[in-house]
Amino acid sequence: MSVGDPEIVVSAASAGAGSVDAPGPETAAAKIQGRSPWRLAYERLRSDRAAILCAVVIVLIVLMAIFAPVFQWITGHPPNHQYFDTGLSLDGQPRGPNSTFWLGTDDVGRDVLVRIAYGARVSLIVGVVATFLTVTIGTIVGLAAGYFGKMVDTVLARIIDVMLSIPFLLFAISLASIFRAGLKVVIFVLAIFSWSSVARIVRGQVLSIREREYVEAARAIGAGSWRIMIIDILPNVIAPIIVYTTLLIPVSIVGEATLSFLGVGVQPPTADWGQMISDAQGNYHAWWFLVFPSLALLVTTLAFNIFGDGVRDAFDPRSDRMFN
Amino acid sequence: MSVNGDAASSGDVLLRVDNVFKHFPVQSTSLFRRSTDAVHAVDGVSLEVRRGETLGLVGETGCGKSTLARCIMRLYDVTAGRIEFEGRDITHLRSGAMREVRRDMQMIFQDPYGSLNPRRRVGSIIGDPFSIHGLGEGHDRKRRVQELMELVGLNPEHYNRFPAEFSGGQRQRIGVARALALRPKLIVCDEPVSALDVSIQAQIINLLDDLQDEFNLTYIFIAHDLSVVQHVSDRVAVMYLGKVAELGPVDGVYARPRHPYTNALLSAVPVPDPNRSRERERIILVGDVPSPVAPPSGCRFHPRCPKAKQRCVTEIPELVPRLDDPPVHVAACHFPVADGENIADSRPEISAEERVVEGGLVGNV
Repeated sequence: MSVGDPEIVVSAASAGAGSVDAPGPETAAAKIQGRSPWRLAYERLRSDRAAILCAVVIVLIVLMAIFAPVFQWITGHPPNHQYFDTGLSLDGQPRGPNSTFWLGTDDVGRDVLVRIAYGARVSLIVGVVATFLTVTIGTIVGLAAGYFGKMVDTVLARIIDVMLSIPFLLFAISLASIFRAGLKVVIFVLAIFSWSSVARIVRGQVLSIREREYVEAARAIGAGSWRIMIIDILPNVIAPIIVYTTLLIPVSIVGEATLSFLGVGVQPPTADWGQMISDAQGNYHAWWFLVFPSLALLVTTLAFNIFGDGVRDAFDPRSDRMFN
Repeated sequence: MSVNGDAASSGDVLLRVDNVFKHFPVQSTSLFRRSTDAVHAVDGVSLEVRRGETLGLVGETGCGKSTLARCIMRLYDVTAGRIEFEGRDITHLRSGAMREVRRDMQMIFQDPYGSLNPRRRVGSIIGDPFSIHGLGEGHDRKRRVQELMELVGLNPEHYNRFPAEFSGGQRQRIGVARALALRPKLIVCDEPVSALDVSIQAQIINLLDDLQDEFNLTYIFIAHDLSVVQHVSDRVAVMYLGKVAELGPVDGVYARPRHPYTNALLSAVPVPDPNRSRERERIILVGDVPSPVAPPSGCRFHPRCPKAKQRCVTEIPELVPRLDDPPVHVAACHFPVADGENIADSRPEISAEERVVEGGLVGNV
């Protein structure tokens, strides 16, 4: 961001004017205020071109998921319909991209494009819901462990160690065989296995923040533990949490694809990227069948990862003192 | 405020610290070996603070000043001893009852950058005491906060700013406003000016002075700057390694320091007059401050004391009036410094080996 960027000055001034309800006329001095750390982070993020490009890609993928029925409407192909006559060649092989099936068909004659669009729904739902669950559990556990310390910390730290020692895939596969494999189990498994890393990050942050003088000051005034945790500590750990959240979404998406690839995730015939990649395994000559779902997965995770990096840079404390 | 022998006995005691200990256990690195070592941060301190006075607390870094302050504020639980506020034992009060007491005792912190939450607006930081104690709502609270801001010399229109938008001195004013919000009786100032420029220090000290007159405040003023303490205090307590070395009216202690440590501290105060400064002989202490994990036997100061004798190694000196001092001026020294005595020339009577006590000078921290 260049110094004296007129657009930013205007936005900062309007934000200041909006949040100040002090009596009396606005002074010139009052107009430079109101730039919260959030606003600074947002402005830094906005100047990060790669992050913005990825944000656009993410929005496009979300739109694709929301408007998946539109793909069905345009092509006239429902995601689970098998076109034995038009979708398969005479010897029963999938057809490559053509004017009817833009991205080709799969081994049972379904439209790959429509299935990718519908598959985006599963990926995004799992990515968002599992991540949300993960972050919620991790933040609560991390806050409690870091703030209360002593016994609470010891017990929670042991639980985290136990969680980290359970083999992920083995647990997921056995769980999927006990319960009926499906979206809920996938989300549950992903959340159960990722919250400990969030908890560790939050705990570490809380450990350092609770020794700050402003936490002591709050205690000296008479603030209770809950108030200190929520009002004084949480806002100071929220930045790393947000960064981790944006980086966790692609991990969850890949995790879901992995489980579905292994057949313990979302069950057929629901369209899913991981499953499509799995189905394509025996059909290496039908490259479109493997490449397009993989590409969708790659682009989605890449976009989230680069965007997450951008968010991390935006929240970087080293650029905290940017007054321009 | 007159502080003499009569006032000491009849004075209205606001806070009484009675033989307070605070030990921090040193964490053992081994899982199976239980460590019994502890940092003796505060080791048997007794003090009284009278209503309306300012008690200065001086000593070098690590002598336990701040720990004592946090024990008084009940931010730390004491290991042993008793703290009385307005005649009420608050040593083991539960948090609910303690919250009531906190209305009457507040604290100003050393670091104007660390003591304000960077993510919160100044208005809500200063309004915290009101919201925690359920005083005032909405506009009423805001009006009160802005009154406070005005009182400490801040622009009330800066209500919605973040701490990062203020200078160090202004931030310390925010800290003062927050401490003042509930109109406390006692304010513990933990090195409130150490982190500030000298010119700003004067402003904050004058502010604290004015507020004391206006609201009849009692201060415990912690500092390592002896001139600042001399300026603000009525009485002064000198701490060394968790113990009070000397305590008395500021004039008495500064004019006739009895403890060799007080003498050494005072001799290190810069004198603005170069001629006098050249004449004066500084007392250079040998060695470092011993480890508070294994403090020296007898008098804690004996390994560094130029007047140390055999008795200092074995016998802990009591904190009593020495020589012909009035009863309010007490020092913990077997061989107090007489008026006009120059201890820069003194040499200890005990050998270097004897000065190294069991437990070792170099602790295992």
